[in-house]
Amino acid sequence: MLKLTINGAEHELTSDPDTPLAYVLRDELRLKGTKIGCGLEQCGACTVLVDGEAVQSCATPAAVFEGREIVTIEGLTDTAEGRCVQDAFVEARAAQCGYCTAGLVVAVAALARAGAAKDREALKEALTGHLCRCGSHPRVLTAAEAVLEGQT
Amino acid sequence: MSLDAHPLVRDWLRADGDGLVLRTGKVDLGQRISTALMRIAAEETTLPFDRIDVAPVRTGDSPDEGITSGSNSILQSGRAQRLACATARGAALALVAERLGVAADTLDLADGQISHRATNRQFDLVETIADLPADLRVDPQAAPRVLDASLPDLEPRGLRQMVEGRFAYVHDLDRPGMLHARIVRPPMGGARLAAVDPEAEARWRDAGLTIVREDSFLAVAGPREWPVVRAAQSLATACQWDIGEGLETGDIFEIMQARDAQRFAVLDGTPSQDAPVPDPVPDPDFEARYERPYTMHGALAPSAALAEWTEGKLEILTHSQGIYFLRDSIADSLGLNPESVVLQHTPGSGCYGHNGADDAAFDAALVARAIPDTPILLKYMREDEHGLEPLGTAMTVSVAGDLDQSGDIAALWMEARGDTHRGRPRAGPNRAGAARLVANSLRDADVPRFVPEPNMGTHAGLHRNLDPIYRIPDKRMVKALVPDLPMRPSALRCLGAPTNVLAMECTMDDLARRAGCDPIDYRRRHLDDPRAIAVLDALADRLPKLAEGSGRGIAYAQYKNAMTRVGLAVDLTVDDLGAVRLQAVHLVADAGRVVDPDGLCAQLEGGVLQGASWALHERVVWGREGRESLDWDSYPVLRFDNVPPIDITLIGPSDAPSVGAGEASPGPTVAAIANGIFDATGLRLRRMPFDADTIMGAALQA
Repeated sequence: MLKLTINGAEHELTSDPDTPLAYVLRDELRLKGTKIGCGLEQCGACTVLVDGEAVQSCATPAAVFEGREIVTIEGLTDTAEGRCVQDAFVEARAAQCGYCTAGLVVAVAALARAGAAKDREALKEALTGHLCRCGSHPRVLTAAEAVLEGQT
Repeated sequence: MSLDAHPLVRDWLRADGDGLVLRTGKVDLGQRISTALMRIAAEETTLPFDRIDVAPVRTGDSPDEGITSGSNSILQSGRAQRLACATARGAALALVAERLGVAADTLDLADGQISHRATNRQFDLVETIADLPADLRVDPQAAPRVLDASLPDLEPRGLRQMVEGRFAYVHDLDRPGMLHARIVRPPMGGARLAAVDPEAEARWRDAGLTIVREDSFLAVAGPREWPVVRAAQSLATACQWDIGEGLETGDIFEIMQARDAQRFAVLDGTPSQDAPVPDPVPDPDFEARYERPYTMHGALAPSAALAEWTEGKLEILTHSQGIYFLRDSIADSLGLNPESVVLQHTPGSGCYGHNGADDAAFDAALVARAIPDTPILLKYMREDEHGLEPLGTAMTVSVAGDLDQSGDIAALWMEARGDTHRGRPRAGPNRAGAARLVANSLRDADVPRFVPEPNMGTHAGLHRNLDPIYRIPDKRMVKALVPDLPMRPSALRCLGAPTNVLAMECTMDDLARRAGCDPIDYRRRHLDDPRAIAVLDALADRLPKLAEGSGRGIAYAQYKNAMTRVGLAVDLTVDDLGAVRLQAVHLVADAGRVVDPDGLCAQLEGGVLQGASWALHERVVWGREGRESLDWDSYPVLRFDNVPPIDITLIGPSDAPSVGAGEASPGPTVAAIANGIFDATGLRLRRMPFDADTIMGAALQA
């Protein structure tokens, strides 16, 4: 049986262990904040935290994540660090359609946790695995800079 | 248009308990139209934002405002809403005055409260609006309120939910007993499903899944999502498709030049049935051809829809941009009365035009009809969206012209050539709505093949922004529709404008150099419109010194020659491997009276980045057996690593009408990038995209 630790709680799950993590989160646990954009780990919409690092969840089997701490966008909302990133995104108006947004919030939270410096070029590189098709990028970078600046 | 069909105040707004609910036929695609409508209502009614909401857009209930496209939402729905609110405000004040037996000008209105100055008696505006007669008509002359100061910034509707992952997209819907569904994608529209391995079908049926087949339409449904995905992938390998001769391949630009075209003179931006098609300028001083390949919408979320079939009635939740047109097309496809089909808009990801949304809705309907009384949530996979979505047509714009003695343009011939931009399912002769749903090409539905009609509207389709905004004594403009090119075309953000603006603005740049003139000055020399000149003046004032080793490209365009004016400069470098790095964008825009300044800037920024993605990356590749651009590796797009700072200045006069801006910046961005590459390298690129291979190829030939 698949056992995962998600947002601090342990879950025994009925999904086939081969099921990609994002499908388990969305379909079995009803945690639909994690989005699926490509199923190929090419767009970043499905990003979650795994042991504090940003990881794409749409293609890798959930069983790979057993024994690790998974935090989704819903879990981040319950933390001060997550709310700090979310507030910065709201302040910067850093979304249009919003489909890429939750994945980007998670990614920026991971950068903050890793103590990344406020450096626009480095941020651009760090987020380049995330696609946005509406063009919210400049505002996302502004939000990320505000988060990283606030923690120094 | 919106008000003609829906003339009553209650068509546009209704009191609902303590609040005012706005009604619109325009759907929110992330462009923040619902936020803009709330601002308009707040401006006209003085109600606080938290007492204003926007109703879902639903057929049979919401005003029918056609398609949410063409940067028309503020112009149409915004205007209707402003007039409806102003009419309601005036009528409410008059009603209170009548009840008190006083003159209306003894009443004040603030924060949604009507107060009588002499007695300080108060009446709530929403309660008063609830008492207005149901047949109160919108007064088209109702005067807008004059504001002392602009409203506070309004947090965009839904933004908080988006950052918390709680914003509900179609993809996230959940209903009791719901089944997930996937299609088994045909290699192309019109393909015949010759056979499916019965063992594969039996295996998935035994696993508890339902396989839905109608002729060559094949889909699979089941209660858990991932097994359905696996089944669809497995069945795809068990299908034998007959594609006949397959897709025509080769250089699309040569293919379309060789074809017969339906050609029309374009006069003042409008094609003419009667005027003779002008000849090219003979022995021209300059000539060139600009080319854009097939381009995807490339929505971040593959399309999806939820459908349920109950007792001969169909309900569909869809992210379509045109729910009434789609309803009629689906009803026609299935032999239903339109009233038996109800569509409600539910958010999807940004779409940028006619993507897979409408097809996914119809596919979901087909599955729902086969599995009645069951909600069906059908989603495309990434390769379904890339592989099936209608594309922005490939296009060429040919240019030839003469100069006068001062180096200004004396004569200009331009021909915009390509397939239609009108692939949306909407009613027309020969069941044109049904004919444009891809699943009907797979069903034996007796739907005639779709034959596009030339769009004869002003600045529509191929000839959007073909007619130059510049003063040119002898203009010879031609629209050339070439139907039946290899790929399925439809509306992509800006339609023909990016290619036309690319052609014109590169021409202006080349001619400015030839005249030894600054590119901004050369454009100003050809402009009469003082607001256009003001945009370019402001741009010139704001440009910093160009960094060493960089190139700077300038472009100007006014969308449809009637909407937002945009002048911009793109600073960039080109590295040794031909890769373009965007360094800075300076943009000046005049959108008239601005409803939501931050929302406007967001649209202009987004347009710049989409234009940059088109300019630098986007091109659909296909072979005889179907599309080969099926994911984000085989169809690269702009990513974070090449996002420049974008500096925007808004200069519109506040007493000018509000005009749309959602499509104003991509065209000039494409052109400015081409001009920037020329400035940096001396290479004049005329075939999009300007990717590293193209630039290295051009450098080797130079």
